[in-house]
Amino acid sequence: MIAILDFGVGNVISIHKMLKYLGIQSAITHDVNEIDHASHIILPGIGSFDVCMSKLKSAEFYPQLNRWILDEKKWILGICAGMQMLLEGSDEGEMPGLGWIAGRVHRFDFNNKEVRPRVPHMGWNYVHPSKSDILLQGLEKPKFYFTHSYYCLPSDPDQASSFTDYGFRFVSSVHKGNIFGVQFHPEKSHKYGMKLFENFHNLIQHA
Amino acid sequence: MLKRVIPVLLIHQGLLYKGRQFKELKYVGDPINAVKIFNKKEVDEIAVIDIDASKSGSEPNYKQIREIAGEAFMPMSYGGGIKNITQVQKVIDQGVEKVILSSVALTNLNFVTETAKKIGSSSTVVCLDVKKKLFGGYDVYIINATKKLNVNFENLIRDIETAGAGEIIINSIDRDGTMEGYDLNLLKKVNSSVNIPVVALGGAGKTEDLKAALETGASAAAAGSMFVFHGVHRAVLITYPKIEVLEEFI
Repeated sequence: MIAILDFGVGNVISIHKMLKYLGIQSAITHDVNEIDHASHIILPGIGSFDVCMSKLKSAEFYPQLNRWILDEKKWILGICAGMQMLLEGSDEGEMPGLGWIAGRVHRFDFNNKEVRPRVPHMGWNYVHPSKSDILLQGLEKPKFYFTHSYYCLPSDPDQASSFTDYGFRFVSSVHKGNIFGVQFHPEKSHKYGMKLFENFHNLIQHA
Repeated sequence: MLKRVIPVLLIHQGLLYKGRQFKELKYVGDPINAVKIFNKKEVDEIAVIDIDASKSGSEPNYKQIREIAGEAFMPMSYGGGIKNITQVQKVIDQGVEKVILSSVALTNLNFVTETAKKIGSSSTVVCLDVKKKLFGGYDVYIINATKKLNVNFENLIRDIETAGAGEIIINSIDRDGTMEGYDLNLLKKVNSSVNIPVVALGGAGKTEDLKAALETGASAAAAGSMFVFHGVHRAVLITYPKIEVLEEFI
């Protein structure tokens, strides 16, 4: 079962509907007991870093997160701001992130650049998987829907699992062991998102 | 960034309708069902516009917006009856990516600025319904094309950009529902006047029309009739071009 963490941010309905469409069992939940029984966790997020972090911290399940992810090694997928929260901190806010992935979140800054794409980066764009990618496997020319002004920069380049070009090549997803994060919105990227969710769900078989 | 092709779904009394030049509304089906079909067809984005809400002055139907947005496996914009910043935020909270402002914003551009500040420029879309003047130039209409605004069209689109809109939908009233092709001169004029993404609307009947609109510099080609009607008798059939066809020009 996939637990979609419900702490008042993110488009949880679309995630739930897409998983249901795929026949994957999931629940939108903030119940510690229910999340305890989940094999996979989705950490959604939309909006500013500090708002997401403070809402997450005030969730009843928050004190259990380290146990679930670091000790029990449940699979986790952070989406958009949910990915950004996996890192240590962000230019957008003051609060520390979860810190499970070393590195920080930076603002797109195209000042003094020749090419100046508009910020936020909003729309469909291609995602180029790196060697460490697992979630994009089986997709030809994967493209996803993005909407963000900040991007993740993991300290360990091997933890970058895909790249996207927008003025420069930024890290559009990260992967470290049981921890995954995607900057784009699989729940708004039809068949590409479906395949990604399926790949995430299938991780159980490799565990 | 990739160019987009966007089906526009008009909601009247809670159901989908499509007309011609803002008249002759024809029942097309249930919005949830249509979204499910568009999911299967891997649509880039959908725009949902409630055509009653701005006319009757009623609040957006948040419950229905939430249902449609939850069903959509692609980004969605919503327009219709949005009159103040509280409503803007409430629409966004339903899981919608962008709001489409029209009648109220066009008479008060501060509302565009206020919206862009609150939810970001890229989520702030302004829709203009325009009609060709008899002797050249264009007029702008509001409230479902019933009221003409006393403004200079080209100044207005520049002001909309300055006010902070992240995207502008240009809808040709003359071409609406005709399926005879976009007003390409209108699109060229708009594209040369503003830098923000322009969405073409009004007149698409075939994939060549979409291509022609994108070639004027538009970032997206939107259409209503083309995606819900089939053949000369306008039989209701929800369609969307094959990805392989679209990939040739987007």
